[in-house]
Amino acid sequence: MSASFEVVVVGAGPGGIAAATVAAEAGCRVCLLDDNVAMGGQIWRGFRAENAHKYPHGNGFIAWTTRLQQTKCEVWQGWQAIDQPASGVLRLERAGEIRDVEYGNLIVATGARERFLPFPGWTLPGVMGAGGLQALVKSGLDPQGKRVVLAGSGPLLLAVGAGLASAGAVVAGIYEQAPLSKLAGFALALLAQPAKLAEGARYRLKAMHAPYRTSSWIVQAGGRGRVERVTLTDGRKTWSVDCDWLGCGFNLVPNIELPRLLGCRTVAGYVEVDRLQQSSVSRVACVGELTGIGGLEKALVEGQIAGLSAAGRETEALRLLPQRRRLQNFAHRLDRAFSLRPELRNLARTDTLVCRCEDVPHSELRGCASWRQAKLHTRCGMGACQGRVCGSATEFLFGWENQNSRPPVFPTAVSTLATKL
Amino acid sequence: MTDAFPITVNGKRIRVNGGTSVAAAVTKANEPCRFSVSGEPRAPLCGMGICMECRATVNGVPHRRTCQIACSAGMEVLTG
Repeated sequence: MSASFEVVVVGAGPGGIAAATVAAEAGCRVCLLDDNVAMGGQIWRGFRAENAHKYPHGNGFIAWTTRLQQTKCEVWQGWQAIDQPASGVLRLERAGEIRDVEYGNLIVATGARERFLPFPGWTLPGVMGAGGLQALVKSGLDPQGKRVVLAGSGPLLLAVGAGLASAGAVVAGIYEQAPLSKLAGFALALLAQPAKLAEGARYRLKAMHAPYRTSSWIVQAGGRGRVERVTLTDGRKTWSVDCDWLGCGFNLVPNIELPRLLGCRTVAGYVEVDRLQQSSVSRVACVGELTGIGGLEKALVEGQIAGLSAAGRETEALRLLPQRRRLQNFAHRLDRAFSLRPELRNLARTDTLVCRCEDVPHSELRGCASWRQAKLHTRCGMGACQGRVCGSATEFLFGWENQNSRPPVFPTAVSTLATKL
Repeated sequence: MTDAFPITVNGKRIRVNGGTSVAAAVTKANEPCRFSVSGEPRAPLCGMGICMECRATVNGVPHRRTCQIACSAGMEVLTG
């Protein structure tokens, strides 16, 4: 089956929803694709019209999805983009079904994932990403009475701590690797962002009863068959905390596989875009975390710029540029405040697995000179996640760059692909 | 959330609320999702469809990413 739209948007998080909404409001035939069960991406995951007002950012979700539903935009849930069989065509897959969609303009809003770094015990059940744990809770996992430790880096730790605490979890501690001195600079940056300041304060207040320690990071997780305790350090002393779950993530990295497959030029791991969010590939725009980790408001503004631009409303799009510049500055400050300390490169021991799909230990990777060599010699990055987890880890650990993206972008059964041969 | 309904995880019957992901249900059932190539039990990591640690057999279809699928009444999930 094949379909054709003036504008196709990939990813129904805030950036994608904003892009699809403004393009559809301007009269374009728009299709919004998403590989989740429901719209919202990560920050709005699990939100529904009737409950969203109870959550931070919920009103924005209600406002944008209401606007979207008033348009004729088609929303396709559960579909993932896996290939580009021809210029201007995306190949999609859903549970064994293949569909091609033709686009006049494509807007990619695939968001970000957490960066995971290997440490002893990180493959134990019960060790999750901080955002991963939040996503599971938003998807129905009951955290009532569970003892949770959060560790790693980034403002997400506080957001997750607040969310878990309000859902009944016992947050035993939040451990941020960045030093307070750097975060103080970040706090100053927050002053220039009234909405973000309110958001930060709310997180702080709610998480108040949980210890929040800076300059502290994970050493290992232990337990029989699943995580039972974590050991942490501040570089001088170490201590242990008992827990049922450990949420551990080190900032965010963009889901850049699809733009890379399309040939979009990247700089320092992000897609390079012009002032109208246009990438180096004609008719392909990228928005939100793909162009720099900046969160909800940046994604909404960039989504609108790309959506308006795709609809030929350049003048309106250009009016949003000052707002975008402010939010991009915030993104840069975020990056600096939470930059990763070099000690984190030494968390993995020789027998610690770095690639969880192919079970490749750190010792096998040490002698490799590049990502490519590691793949060929050890199968690191060759498994089901296609390097999404170990690729961003080895980038930090060894400085390897992973520039390639090959179809299918997500694992797809050969029998499914064969239906298109 | 709609009313709770039963599903089975490795034959174990559990009740879940409407809107619960299969990954959340498997975690609730205290079962690992899969065993790694060297035999380690694994459970969800990313919660958002990228790490593939949560894959399991859902209603007879193997290698489904359980964090991306909502439970439905009578669903049969097999892990390992």
